[in-house]
Amino acid sequence: MYAYIVRRVVYAVFILIGVNLITFALFFKVNTPDDIARLQLGVKYVTPEAIAQWKADRGYDKPLLYNARAEGRHKFTDTIYFEKSVEMFRFNFGRSDDGRDIANEISMRMWPSLALAVPVFLVGMLLQITFALMMAFFRATYLDFWGVVLCVVMMSISGLFYIIGGQYLISKLWNLVPISGYATGFDAFKFLVLPVVVGVIGGVGSGARWYRTIFLEEVGKDYVRTARAKGLSEIVVFFRHVLRNAMIPILTGAVVVIPLLFMGSLVSESFFGIPGLGSYTIEAIQAQDFAVVRSMVFIGSVLYILGLLLTDISYTLVDPRVRFE
Amino acid sequence: MSALLDIKDLKTWLDSSGGTVRAIDGISIEVARGETFAIVGESGCGKSMTALSVLRLLPEAGQIVAGSVLLGGEDLLGLPEAAMRGVRGRRIAMIFQEPATSLNPVLTVGRQIAEVLERHTALRGEAMQKRMLELLVAVGIPDPARRMGEYAFQLSGGMKQRVMIAVALAAEPDLLIADEPTTALDVTIQAQVLDLLSGLQRASGMAILLITHDLGVVAQMAHKVAVMYAGQIIEVASREAFFGAPLHPYSRKLFQALPGSERRGGELAVIRGQVPPLTTEFRGCRFAERCDLAWERCHVEVPGLTACDNGHSVRCHLYDGGKGVDPGERVSAAAPAAPGATDVSEKVQSGPALLSVDGLKVHFPIHKGLFKRTVGQVKAVDGISLDIATARTLALVGESGCGKTTAGKAILQLIRPSAGSVRFDGRELTRLRGRALRERRADFQLIFQDPYASLNPRMRVADILAEGMQALGVADTVAERAARMDRMLAQVGLNAEAKLRYPHEFSGGQRQRIAIARALAVKPKLIVCDEPTSALDVSVQAQILNLLKQLQRDLGLTYLFITHNIAVVEYLAHEVAVMYLGRIVERGTVDAVLRTPRHPYTQALLSAVPALDQAGERKIIRLRGELPSPANPPSGCHFHPRCPQAMAECKREYPQPIRLGENHEVNCVLYRAQTR
Amino acid sequence: MPFLPVILWTDALIYLLLAVVAVFVWYVRRHAHLRAPWWRVAQTPAAMSALVVLAVFVVIGLLDSVHFRLALPAAPDTRTDRAAPRELAYAVDVKSALDVLLSSIANRPERTYSAPLATHAYAKETVELPGKDGEPGRQVRDYPRLKYGGAHLRDPGRDWGPDVLRTAFRGAALALPLWLLAALVLVAACTPADRLTSRDFWHAVWRGKTEVPWRAILITLGLLLLVVVPVMLLSRHYHVLGTDKVGLDVLYLSLKSVRTALVIGTLTTLVMLPFSVMLGIMAGYLRGWVDDLIQYFYTTLNSIPGVLLIAAGVLVLQVYIETHPDVFPTSAQRADFRLLWLCIILGITSWTGLCRLLRGEALKLRELEYVQAAQAFGVSQWRIMARHILPNVMHIVLISVVMDFSGLVLAEAVLSYVGVGVDPSMISFGTMINAARLEMGREPMVWWSLASAFVFMLALVLAANLFADAVRDAFDPRVRVGARKLRWGKTTQAGEA
Repeated sequence: MYAYIVRRVVYAVFILIGVNLITFALFFKVNTPDDIARLQLGVKYVTPEAIAQWKADRGYDKPLLYNARAEGRHKFTDTIYFEKSVEMFRFNFGRSDDGRDIANEISMRMWPSLALAVPVFLVGMLLQITFALMMAFFRATYLDFWGVVLCVVMMSISGLFYIIGGQYLISKLWNLVPISGYATGFDAFKFLVLPVVVGVIGGVGSGARWYRTIFLEEVGKDYVRTARAKGLSEIVVFFRHVLRNAMIPILTGAVVVIPLLFMGSLVSESFFGIPGLGSYTIEAIQAQDFAVVRSMVFIGSVLYILGLLLTDISYTLVDPRVRFE
Repeated sequence: MSALLDIKDLKTWLDSSGGTVRAIDGISIEVARGETFAIVGESGCGKSMTALSVLRLLPEAGQIVAGSVLLGGEDLLGLPEAAMRGVRGRRIAMIFQEPATSLNPVLTVGRQIAEVLERHTALRGEAMQKRMLELLVAVGIPDPARRMGEYAFQLSGGMKQRVMIAVALAAEPDLLIADEPTTALDVTIQAQVLDLLSGLQRASGMAILLITHDLGVVAQMAHKVAVMYAGQIIEVASREAFFGAPLHPYSRKLFQALPGSERRGGELAVIRGQVPPLTTEFRGCRFAERCDLAWERCHVEVPGLTACDNGHSVRCHLYDGGKGVDPGERVSAAAPAAPGATDVSEKVQSGPALLSVDGLKVHFPIHKGLFKRTVGQVKAVDGISLDIATARTLALVGESGCGKTTAGKAILQLIRPSAGSVRFDGRELTRLRGRALRERRADFQLIFQDPYASLNPRMRVADILAEGMQALGVADTVAERAARMDRMLAQVGLNAEAKLRYPHEFSGGQRQRIAIARALAVKPKLIVCDEPTSALDVSVQAQILNLLKQLQRDLGLTYLFITHNIAVVEYLAHEVAVMYLGRIVERGTVDAVLRTPRHPYTQALLSAVPALDQAGERKIIRLRGELPSPANPPSGCHFHPRCPQAMAECKREYPQPIRLGENHEVNCVLYRAQTR
Repeated sequence: MPFLPVILWTDALIYLLLAVVAVFVWYVRRHAHLRAPWWRVAQTPAAMSALVVLAVFVVIGLLDSVHFRLALPAAPDTRTDRAAPRELAYAVDVKSALDVLLSSIANRPERTYSAPLATHAYAKETVELPGKDGEPGRQVRDYPRLKYGGAHLRDPGRDWGPDVLRTAFRGAALALPLWLLAALVLVAACTPADRLTSRDFWHAVWRGKTEVPWRAILITLGLLLLVVVPVMLLSRHYHVLGTDKVGLDVLYLSLKSVRTALVIGTLTTLVMLPFSVMLGIMAGYLRGWVDDLIQYFYTTLNSIPGVLLIAAGVLVLQVYIETHPDVFPTSAQRADFRLLWLCIILGITSWTGLCRLLRGEALKLRELEYVQAAQAFGVSQWRIMARHILPNVMHIVLISVVMDFSGLVLAEAVLSYVGVGVDPSMISFGTMINAARLEMGREPMVWWSLASAFVFMLALVLAANLFADAVRDAFDPRVRVGARKLRWGKTTQAGEA
């Protein structure tokens, strides 16, 4: 089993290298630093000197892959690829195009992101599973039918409307919590309540419906019939047998997104003015700050791959069939 | 004496898209304490629904619409659900066909037994643990203390079914419903499980409602037998009366359709047509359309259940005084249908080998560790040799996991062998590659087990038949191909119009005919038949076996027949090779091997096959343990750890084949003395 | 010619898609086993109601996909060489058939915001009252009258209510005969086929006993007519859904957004479909190093956060457009190319799911006996993939296409909000929401843009989801849940007291 995990880790490194190459190609080959400089400087100020200066300030004036003028190993290290892409493996992200240290920014903005994403994830999961269990338990009744209808309607509404509606109703109409903003420490609570509630409600529709189908698939299995033939009550059958088995796909499916919680939520952070990584990403995209976008791509990939690894490991933990192989 | 279980006029209907299915249409049976009552019938006749109706565990679409189910005088159908739960597992327990899926995969074996004890008994803690151990010992599970902490996937099929039995017996039920309890198991394991069930019954005095399609199992187990057909019971009798002289034409036909040595020369009886769909409203006898003895009355009047002598009753107009049948006319079905007119080909001595396999091995590497190094081999086929002469049938017999299917595919070069040679018509196949191999493929073809998976559901029959001809260039023009298709369909007994239809429009037997036609279309000389009848009902199996035999006679085909069914071997094959764990342990003519088996494994295998006649008296050779893994086979003779006659020598090396007669070889040291 | 046809990239792809759908329908009609699951879809009331709604959206989208440039009115001929044929001059802006149909509401811009059905502007402005006897009038701060909205009313304060009600009722009254006409056409069309008398058929429809749920379809149609016809009548004199910041009619904007949503929802999956199907099947069937390579490829792509990949892709396009202005003569073409590009990048980020599904299915199918039978005939691997694997995974492809649709429509709104969606000049739900969001803080709130986008999106996505559900139920045997009879409570079996 350890050999298996080690192999997955090695595979993950290869994938990261692939991601690194793709982002490098996208950000330096397809869009050259000259293009970016032109975009950043604006039409009025584009002169060859200005571009050269802009590039020199940010270290984009080096050759891409091979520096013929440098000495020894600097032929390879004194290049854009090495300084801007390889360095990321050491979590050295350099400075953003407006000159701030990206790593520092990330470490500061991580916490608000987590403060929003973790409760949304946990409460959301709980609510979705509860709702799905209820529908599956009362399957083929009107409760189930209307539950599914409600889920479909809820998942047909754009997440933007949940946010707008929540802000309008709770903040503007009822004045319960501030519309947007953030504070540190316990004061953050009043700013987080609404985004969490909105995030949870926005995810319930699709989540509950998906889990319901997982539950129903388990309900149809033979061992459930065996459990009923033992004389167990429907509730025991459900919680001891169905839920246990259905939790395997549910948990392992959820594990993959856990690391990605760091990335925060793009839309709701920016709507609610929470200074997390999600709003950082959006600001970078809107300001066309390539250094930040590149770093976020890298971090996102690392976290996703970490999620895949955790999924593999969680399988071995939850499922005895995998554990004993 | 009142019966333990008394089902009266039970009707269970299912909603389906095609209308209401009357799965059970008024059945009445009585099961006495301590007796085994068998319900026998072909698939779809409603026997499983009966079991589920008794426990009120029908699928969502099902509904009991009439009747009563009395357990010790109490009507189960009137009980509220909560009280019914007290009956399930406590007074009536059930075991199912598929032990693999019937146990919860993520709960330990112990937990699943404890669940029943907690629900229905006052045992807790130490006492409960003790009882669980007792139960596992009672169902013959070795090392029960360790097994309690294991999960279902760690157990073999036979062990799983034993655990299921332990679960069922935990609360000492009055009635055990066993729904095809051994169908998924190998014949030697089946013998163990059936023994176990009757032993437990003797010890506890519980009644068993046994549901099966296998007349052999009925003969071995039942005290009373009910035959079910299209949702009704058509015949009830004691075992002796039933096997002595079945009355209903359907029952008789079933017996005559069974393959076996006594029918070698002739054809098997077939029941024409199919079971009518249960959505129809019947006006006459349900079997009338397929019955050879039916007359006008059968089509217009529903027969009642007529009681004959000694508790034998039958639902047939032949016996309700309508046509005054002379009792002497009742044919004893167990007796051979036709005097054994010996097969013509039987006398033909085997000529030069068409297919000759020597030392064939198929090893699958096991990769492990960080760098996926090959750490071992699964020796699926471990050096088998055999010869088949033109127009002969060699049966490759063995239990699941012995490597017989892999051997078949390796011979056809669908899996590349690791070693050994396969010579076909004098030409070595294992060295052929690409084009050269493709050109030879027309000579050897394959028929599969599952008629539902062997035809592409998205292709018309015409395209299915044309595919091979096109790929192998058998008929060049469209017209030629069309003509050949018609001929092939006619040869397997289908209409030419079948060409335009899709596989799902055909029944299982018809699909198997299409699969045979597909293979025949490219003019093969050898056909590898991989369990071609094991997914079919007895009466349909008879049709396919007859067809295969007739094709061999007409076209001079050679068969390599892979099967676990000894009766089919007896009926169809000329020679037989018995496989155990990747190796052939005994081979020879059917007569030699099946009449006088020499290898201890062959002897055990044959003794485990339930037989219709010698019920009760036969001696089953009990095998210890289970089939070892082919990844790590025992040293020396693979069979020695389970062999009742093993000697020290057996551990050391694999015995060389020993010739016992002109056409009989065995790989066993027991017989070395004879030849020296 | 009075107009010059313009075929935008997405138009061409939509026409191609239409052709593919037509061929598909023709093919399915001829094959009973393909027809059967569609027949099950046709028997689902929710799906058929959804289909009616979807059909309306599709018609709007198709009308909006016929593009042309109108000829400019002839200028006075000042040329010297009068014998040569006159060059027709065409307008720079590209119009669609929908624009022409809606020209009455499209070409009535107000100055800025106005509420639905309003006669006065939303904000106070300095209005000059007409002075008496030619004196200069007083200037007051008041809500000015709209230029077009309710302009026909002499005294809006008194006439507005009755006029709106009267028009709405007239619309409803007009909807009824239209609906009856549709019902009559249905009866006329179906009666001979069913060999029933028209009265019997009508009774069957009325009681919901027909196989195709005509009752549900007719009810949906009736409700739609009840909304659409009054709105049409009202829109002749009012801005039914108000106007936006620059005074454009919100109803017009909402209808124009439909095409964008449909294009994103359909073309995104379709542009990447050939790749995901081919790669998925190859990985599953061929196994070995091909499988390893394809898996590596899609895991790598998948691990890049989707939004960021899209952002990068859109930025690339922006640079390209800026450096190659000559490739896109009109702004419509530029916006259209950006839309197509967005579809492609969205496709790249979302094809991996289907690819993985197909790989898994191909892994299962390759072990099936009919594949082995083909191998025993020496049929080539490519042929086996094309004839045996592909047709047996098509239901998965279909399910995934219909299921993805609604997700993509929703994604467009979010992406436009983030700033990496469609071109800001292209009308879409995303740009509508984005523009309206900025006015959230205003008091009283400008709610009508948001509300219109909400209603239109909900109708489209909900209909798509309902239809997709029915398709999945019909094609995927695993999700079918026994009997469809609903119960009121939790009962287990018959005989329940």
